[in-house]
Amino acid sequence: MVPTSYYMVLAGILFTIGVIGVLVKRNPIVIFMCIELMLNAANLTFVALGKHFGQVNGQMYVIFALAVAAAEVSVGLGIIVAIFRSKETINIDEVNLMKF
Amino acid sequence: MPSASLITFFILAAIAVISALLVVVNVNPVRSALSLVVTFLTVAALYITLEAQFIAAVQIIVYAGAIMVLFLFVIMLLNLSAPTAVRETGKLQPRVATVLGVVFITLLSVSPLITLPGTPRQMTDIGTVRTIGLYLYSPQLPWLFPFEITSILLLVAVIGAIVMAKRRI
Repeated sequence: MVPTSYYMVLAGILFTIGVIGVLVKRNPIVIFMCIELMLNAANLTFVALGKHFGQVNGQMYVIFALAVAAAEVSVGLGIIVAIFRSKETINIDEVNLMKF
Repeated sequence: MPSASLITFFILAAIAVISALLVVVNVNPVRSALSLVVTFLTVAALYITLEAQFIAAVQIIVYAGAIMVLFLFVIMLLNLSAPTAVRETGKLQPRVATVLGVVFITLLSVSPLITLPGTPRQMTDIGTVRTIGLYLYSPQLPWLFPFEITSILLLVAVIGAIVMAKRRI
């Protein structure tokens, strides 16, 4: 029997790796991948805690998080394609139109 | 002698963490995407160990199938697979982020939120399609209305993606 806290620590490690990737990377597609990693870590805690307390609610939240993740990825990649078409680059250091 | 489920968990956890690190470390976005597929598959296997079979199947279908195909499609479309396409600048930022990440995970691991009361309950059919369906579509439970709202969310996402990516509407 695996303790639930092991799953929580694993999800924390995956989430931290995702945060570091978002902070470090300059390619917005890889940043999106790191955001997916963080969403997966959150889903893992939902499922683990649902199992711990013997409830189905955790898995319900995971289903809705999956739908939101799919919507977010489709819109985000559409934005990236639009930016690449107008500026010929997607390095986020050079795409600072909304910064000032 | 640790039990078989503990050994399975540690093997899956090691694969998940290593492939997640490869996502961040790799310079080539295609390799990052393929490492992310491995992470998703190991997380799906972890869902199976947590008796969430339906969520595991949905994880493989939606994440490892649909979302990663979308990622790879955009990488190929924009021709970003060359390592020089987006050069990584800055030496200080990765070090600071790594140090802060280690501090963060240490704080999370020692926090009292991690230690949960009691032991996990033994439930046999918590994650089957039957249980999920009964809970999701039950009028007495609060999940039916958000489920319907999700359809509007997906519709808005479809329209938004078309508006963003299309040159002229």
